[in-house]
Amino acid sequence: MSAFQDIRIITQRQLRLLTRVPEVLIFSTIQPVMFVLLFRFVFGGSISTGQPGGYVQLLMPGIFVQTVAFTLAGTASGLAEDLKKGLIDRFRSLPISQSALVVGRTLGDSMLNIVVLVVMALAGLAVGWRPSSGIVKVLIGFIFLFMFGYALSWVGIFVGLSVADARVVQNVGFIVTFPLTFLSNAFAPTTGMPKVLQYFAEWNPVSTMVAGCRELFGLENIFGATAGSFPSENPLLTSAIYMALIMLIFIPLSIRKYKNSSN
Amino acid sequence: MKSVIADGLIKTYRNGEVKALNNLSLDVEEGTVLGVLGPNGAGKTTTVRILATLLKPDSGHASVGGIDVIKHPDKVREIIGLSGQYAAVDEILTGYDNLVMFGELYHLGKKQSIARAEELLEKFSLTESAKRPIKTYSGGMRRRLDLAASLIVKPKVLFLDEPTTGLDPRGRLEMWGVIEDLVKGGTTLLLTTQYLEEADQLADEIAVIDHGTVIARGTSDALKKQVGGEKIEIIVSAENIKKTQEIVARVTGNKTTIDEGLRMISAPVTLGSNALIETLRELDAVGVHPLDVGLKRPSLDDVFLSLTGHAAEVKEEAK
Repeated sequence: MSAFQDIRIITQRQLRLLTRVPEVLIFSTIQPVMFVLLFRFVFGGSISTGQPGGYVQLLMPGIFVQTVAFTLAGTASGLAEDLKKGLIDRFRSLPISQSALVVGRTLGDSMLNIVVLVVMALAGLAVGWRPSSGIVKVLIGFIFLFMFGYALSWVGIFVGLSVADARVVQNVGFIVTFPLTFLSNAFAPTTGMPKVLQYFAEWNPVSTMVAGCRELFGLENIFGATAGSFPSENPLLTSAIYMALIMLIFIPLSIRKYKNSSN
Repeated sequence: MKSVIADGLIKTYRNGEVKALNNLSLDVEEGTVLGVLGPNGAGKTTTVRILATLLKPDSGHASVGGIDVIKHPDKVREIIGLSGQYAAVDEILTGYDNLVMFGELYHLGKKQSIARAEELLEKFSLTESAKRPIKTYSGGMRRRLDLAASLIVKPKVLFLDEPTTGLDPRGRLEMWGVIEDLVKGGTTLLLTTQYLEEADQLADEIAVIDHGTVIARGTSDALKKQVGGEKIEIIVSAENIKKTQEIVARVTGNKTTIDEGLRMISAPVTLGSNALIETLRELDAVGVHPLDVGLKRPSLDDVFLSLTGHAAEVKEEAK
């Protein structure tokens, strides 16, 4: 199928950009590693977790999820940049599958996530992260993280095509992802939040992902007001449903938007 | 046979507030070059985008190579090349990488893509910089690479949207050379430009557009005749105006115009420099020393002035 071939070529292009501008790869890894170190050593001492192994065990899933969530901003600004430079016009005037460009970009950006996740995992191991559940479950956890990043990159495509100004896109990306990652169980247990926020955090896909990863990495989740609710009880299933929903909504929406872009 | 036909194109933006195209019709005969001349915001880019399947008109018809661009955009994409006013190549990748990537996207296969990339780099004198990222290229090199990218599959119809806008004079001349070579090869070309000189140099026929519609069309010569072609302009001191006017009228054999304020006498001429020398000789013989003399080629503004009675308004290109 030529559509697959087109997608492969665009994905290769995304990856080649990484080798040509190693700064992108370096800085997309430095930031999360910095977060690991900061949270581990700055907050680690004052957040009591009741978990064996200390705060870093709780922290790592949180930072993994936050990092893949930022894929949204990266995809969005990269696409907006291409749009601004007229590159999208060139691609759209070619006799190629019209969705190849966006599919290729989401794949390429997700591959970057693999590298970033590996580096973060190594950094985590260096500062005391010890998942206790065995390699298979840990790998499943990483597959979930990869898929979550992939699903969100489709939101990024939509944001990038809708906003179209790379600087604004960057901000929109952060405005969307920051509250999502902090109004969650990612960095601190939700038990200390006001009740209303606890309910928001409970249903927040970032929380369900974090809780799911913790489960897979062999930790126990602590819930306050929301203990016993569906997302608290079934974080992995809920996360999977969220990802499916995001892709069901944003893949057709983004592809349609791309086909009509600048119309 | 007409390779490109646009018929009654209408396109509005922002819910009808901005009328980019207002019943625009044009066509390009196979194997010829049509220059679409107009100021910023006249609708040049919108026209190209519709013909290149990037934009759908609100109404009207368009076909390229006999294929309806609205009904079968994918078939049209197989036979066109587009090079835009912004160099649409990947800045981070090298020139070589870009061309190979586009070749592969045209389904040439890896081997043939590489061969074609090398051939095009050679043809556009880019071989030396082939392995450098585009962001290190000069404006002219970028445009050439962009043009090369649009020629990968030898398109039947080529669209060039302001190929020299923003280039320095040297870059412009190089680009003209490249385009002239292409045209010799028989490519059907629709080229938009803001420069009469450029249309004159490259196009067989020129369509002048303003406010989204074609206001004049014809060969460069016909258009220039309408505009008045070259003019000589002589500025003298007030007491010499009468004398000068008589001489200019006699030498050029044309009607003269006197601008009392500027104390400028002007007249259309056919062989500009000859007429200028002749006039100066005669003026010298009667002891008139001009304060300023000039030979003026018609500009886009002159075309607009003579066709529409107003200068070419420069407004934001409606995207």
